[in-house]
Amino acid sequence: MARVIVDVMLKPEIHDPQGEAVLSATRRLGFANVTGVRQGKRFEVEIEGPADGVALAAIEELSRELLANPVIEEFSITTG
Amino acid sequence: MRIGVVTFPGSLDDTDAARAVRFAEAEPVPLWHADRDLRGVDAVILPGGFSYGDYLRCGAIARFSPVMAELVPAAKAGLPVLGICNGFQILCEAHLLPGALTRNAGLRFITRDVRLTVANADTVWTGGYQPGQQLLVPLKSGEGAYAADEATLDELDRTGRVVVRYAGPDRDSAAPNGAARGIAGICDGAGTVVGLMPHPEHAIDPLTGPSADGLGFFTSVVRAFAGAGALG
Repeated sequence: MARVIVDVMLKPEIHDPQGEAVLSATRRLGFANVTGVRQGKRFEVEIEGPADGVALAAIEELSRELLANPVIEEFSITTG
Repeated sequence: MRIGVVTFPGSLDDTDAARAVRFAEAEPVPLWHADRDLRGVDAVILPGGFSYGDYLRCGAIARFSPVMAELVPAAKAGLPVLGICNGFQILCEAHLLPGALTRNAGLRFITRDVRLTVANADTVWTGGYQPGQQLLVPLKSGEGAYAADEATLDELDRTGRVVVRYAGPDRDSAAPNGAARGIAGICDGAGTVVGLMPHPEHAIDPLTGPSADGLGFFTSVVRAFAGAGALG
């Protein structure tokens, strides 16, 4: 069994009001050097067998079809 | 005319959508998310609510429900479909309409009556309105800010596929939720698939809504259907 991590983030040009709300709370807490926060999602996907090229290609398709909406989000896949 | 109203787990406004269909003197036909069956209806409404609890993204799970496997090809073949609020989100997730609905700019869930301007009165769902007509209908959504890339927005503008806009002093500041270019609703290239965030089905009767301005969506499709029947 292997674990594959899919990180999904809003595209840079898409407004992220949640990240902005976190940023403003960060400033209220006194972390003055924090200049930006973007909020995303992390999926931990467990698969049978090794995380080889075939498996990762399938995870990429899964990410494009379901985990992320490519209209507004981008994703990255890492094995962990 | 028989108009299907789909109920997903978490749909809220299927009852009001069916009532609006009856007000337009058509027959509402209940459709169930788990059935691969459109029951031979002449049009379909995807109602508002929180299908599948809005898990993952609004509409993302509903898109893969059995009824959608039937609806997507039928819509592409010309079946009139109206997606309201969560229904609009489902239509975007299913790629029947371009773009996506994102979290409101102010993060707050917005529940209030909004003024809309009819930008396209040539769709099957808006043919009974006049271009530029103002409608007062409720908006109630947390992820209602329409977003798309600039090329898509330009294309929607150029081809007249923006159906309704939030009315205001100018189009970019009018949207209470931060929707791009004040877009409240759009249609596909044929004008048969329409999605919008505000709720015309809650504005069909002054007794229960802010106006009866929304009834036109439902009477329009009935009229279009009757006209097509007369021609055919």
